[in-house]
Amino acid sequence: MDFLEEPIPGVGTYDDFNTIDWVREKSRDRDRHREITNKSKESTWALIHSVSDAFSGWLLMLLIGLLSGSLAGLIDISARWMTDLKEGICTGGFWFNHEHCCWNSEHVTFEDRDKCPEWNSWSQLIISTDEGAFAYIVNYFMYVLWALLFAFLAVSLVKVFAPYACGSGIPEIKTILSGFIIRGYLGKWTLVIKTITLVLAVSSGLSLGKEGPLVHVACCCGNILCHCFNKYRKNEAKRREVLSAAAAAGVSVAFGAPIGGVLFSLEEVSYYFPLKTLWRSFFAALVAAFTLRSINPFGNSRLVLFYVEFHTPWHLFELVPFILLGIFGGLWGALFIRTNIAWCRKRKTTQLGKYPVVEVLVVTAITAILAFPNEYTRMSTSELISELFNDCGLLDSSKLCDYENRFNTSKGGELPDRPAGMGIYSAMWQLALTLILKIVITIFTFGMKIPSGLFIPSMAVGAIAGRLLGVGMEQLAYYHHDWAIFNSWCSQGADCITPGLYAMVGAAACLGGVTRMTVSLVVIMFELTGGLEYIVPLMAAAMTSKWVADALGREGIYDAHIRLNGYPFLEAKEEFAHKTLAMDVMKPRRNDPLLTVLTQDSMTVEDVETIISETTYSGFPVVVSRESQRLVGFVLRRDLIISIENARKKQDGVVSTSIIYFTEHSPPMPPYTPPTLKLRNILDLSPFTVTDLTPMEIVVDIFRKLGLRQCLVTHNGRLLGIITKKDVLKHIAQMANQDPDSILFN
Amino acid sequence: MATLWGGLLRLGSLLSLSCLALSVLLLVQLSDAAKNFEDVRCKCICPPYKENSGHIYNKNISQKDCDCLHVVDPMPVRGPDVEAYCLRCECKYEERSSVTIKVTIIIYLSILGLLLLYMVYLTLVEPILKRRLFGHSQLIQSDDDVGDHQPFANAHDVLARSRSRANVLNKVEYAQQRWKLQVQEQRKSVFDRHVVLS
Repeated sequence: MDFLEEPIPGVGTYDDFNTIDWVREKSRDRDRHREITNKSKESTWALIHSVSDAFSGWLLMLLIGLLSGSLAGLIDISARWMTDLKEGICTGGFWFNHEHCCWNSEHVTFEDRDKCPEWNSWSQLIISTDEGAFAYIVNYFMYVLWALLFAFLAVSLVKVFAPYACGSGIPEIKTILSGFIIRGYLGKWTLVIKTITLVLAVSSGLSLGKEGPLVHVACCCGNILCHCFNKYRKNEAKRREVLSAAAAAGVSVAFGAPIGGVLFSLEEVSYYFPLKTLWRSFFAALVAAFTLRSINPFGNSRLVLFYVEFHTPWHLFELVPFILLGIFGGLWGALFIRTNIAWCRKRKTTQLGKYPVVEVLVVTAITAILAFPNEYTRMSTSELISELFNDCGLLDSSKLCDYENRFNTSKGGELPDRPAGMGIYSAMWQLALTLILKIVITIFTFGMKIPSGLFIPSMAVGAIAGRLLGVGMEQLAYYHHDWAIFNSWCSQGADCITPGLYAMVGAAACLGGVTRMTVSLVVIMFELTGGLEYIVPLMAAAMTSKWVADALGREGIYDAHIRLNGYPFLEAKEEFAHKTLAMDVMKPRRNDPLLTVLTQDSMTVEDVETIISETTYSGFPVVVSRESQRLVGFVLRRDLIISIENARKKQDGVVSTSIIYFTEHSPPMPPYTPPTLKLRNILDLSPFTVTDLTPMEIVVDIFRKLGLRQCLVTHNGRLLGIITKKDVLKHIAQMANQDPDSILFN
Repeated sequence: MATLWGGLLRLGSLLSLSCLALSVLLLVQLSDAAKNFEDVRCKCICPPYKENSGHIYNKNISQKDCDCLHVVDPMPVRGPDVEAYCLRCECKYEERSSVTIKVTIIIYLSILGLLLLYMVYLTLVEPILKRRLFGHSQLIQSDDDVGDHQPFANAHDVLARSRSRANVLNKVEYAQQRWKLQVQEQRKSVFDRHVVLS
């Protein structure tokens, strides 16, 4: 075997902020697999090696599930504790939050179910009393102080240790899964800092959620665990299969919905999703959900705080308000995306972006100061959603369940419809104010330099709108039984309308309007409810919301952020509808200098090095000769640089006038010339080509389906030009009348 | 030789990760088994009935005994009223793991504390130490990043200096300086040039 046939370390790897070559990675994996299978017939050790290689994928999924589940449990428990830390502390063990502090207490009364002597609010600790205006002010002050402290710690940790840990993470993970490389984005420090600062950010009372960052955390776990297995560490395409499965595990622990997680990964996050990945993703999601359930962060083996447990039926007429909620969700989604992108663009281009720490502190201060007076903004958003989803039983003590005639029932379990008491009216006002505050403040919160997710605030907005509508409908049905619309299905004395269901449908509608999820949203919501009763209302609302939102703006929030950042992401779902040809897009254009090519056996090392230093192209076509321009193959810049450096160091006699050849055998050289350098092993002998008259629809399709980085254009068999992925993206942007210069990366 | 070491290292980390995963599972199972007596309860909520006001009853009792008759201990009504009273009560069995909560919070706070200490060290203590150790030469060399008050501004110099020596401590320092360079690059992309994560 020739010394040059051994792989040089570094050849075949990629630079940061570059796209991988899917075809090469996949064929490399197939070669490796073939080699192992062939060798397995030789000895028992090789057989064991091949079996363990096949099994390694499943072991990796198991480890990813365990690690994601454990981290999610850590995040859930710590976030609940730290959120309550803003209000007080438990003297019976500082590690308990409010609910757990009063868990075993004997002194909880029926009227005041939240108070117990073991839990002391800050005013009780500082001025020994909880009543009066001064105590209120002390509590207010401590609340704002803790919120500011948590936010400051979060943003400083992000800034000092892992700047990649900010934001939601899903747009970048989408781009990474489509083939882009961002080194360090899924690393150890990013994992640690994201976990720690996510808890701090959620606890500071800001209007953000933890689901998107949990997907990032799970993908970091996946990436880190890949390093233990040779099969996944060396191959970027296989690694992205693992990351798809890890994303599914992330959503699964966020919502307690394994199937929803797999569908989310399939629909929203992944680019190529082979069927084999489907089964493995499901396994990872299931293991993660099981691990989280064993840790039991919320008690009673629930995975999510707002698990819905009622099964009351709904009526066909109620589809009208559900569709109204869908329209509201679509409108809100379109409005949110437009305003949030405008604000993020302002942050990116003006002075606002130079003060990230100050920005976080100002937004936290405003949120905390406006949130404390209203009890529904003071509580954490997950608890708010849980309360809104709750169907009022006889013994619920929340203000939303304050109906009149509570305890005079004689119907044994079934509640009649009842008029609203004073508690509900005041709750409606407070909820309306909460809705306005959340709509406004989330626009400024999403995208700040701390980990921030979007699912929970959207669901909160929708749940509030839904509950308001639901209570309105319920009271309308109570006071106007004789109207034609209620007469047929809602008789007097029967409780026919469940406001909790309206809240759930509203939450699904708003989430669908912002993210444009379809199947995965419905499946997540129905896994949250544990049954198929409510699938029709959820689907009606989700579809309406998506149609309304698509009519107002084409992209979901994650695609809009990808476009804002200029990532080279080729959208897989849209059709290319223009009639341009390959020669309209290819480079060089008419007045540009000719295409930079290498010849197969007539260039010296010095020529090649000059070309490399003078140009910035990431690859060069290799032709037989400059006159014929017949294509031999394609060679990458990085591989050329590494191979030439390596040859200069290790090979004898290679100097600047040595000829480089890409053919099988060295060209005939006159005597006393320096030895030649063979670089055939870095040449890709099967580059993809299209003719110059190929329609761009087909070219775009080829780029999408095969994951190409570049494609060569020939005319009558001769090399004419090259189309890169960046050219394709610029062309699509140009055709859609967007700014083609916003495509930044290579 | 290097690949053999690399392979052994990976195998070792894989084995340790598997052991960690198994131990987590085992711990969870053990904590289930050795359940704290106070971590299970039956909670009965009884609404107001006739003259009695509403009351909440808690008792640390197992799931099969979780009903009104076992939990409502000083029964406020007598005789035939007991059944009517108990029909209105709602009893629910709940369990939690206080050990898990305690361990999790303590782990979280210790990691947070360590990170905060390290952050204080990097931002405040290390520049002072380096300035004292290297004295004036540092100040002259850092002309080009005078405006750069980031913690890792002197990474380049230390990187060059430590390349010559080769014992373990300096390997650690070399790795640390390389990490600092990476973080500085990331910080530039995210905070200064706004090309990623805007």
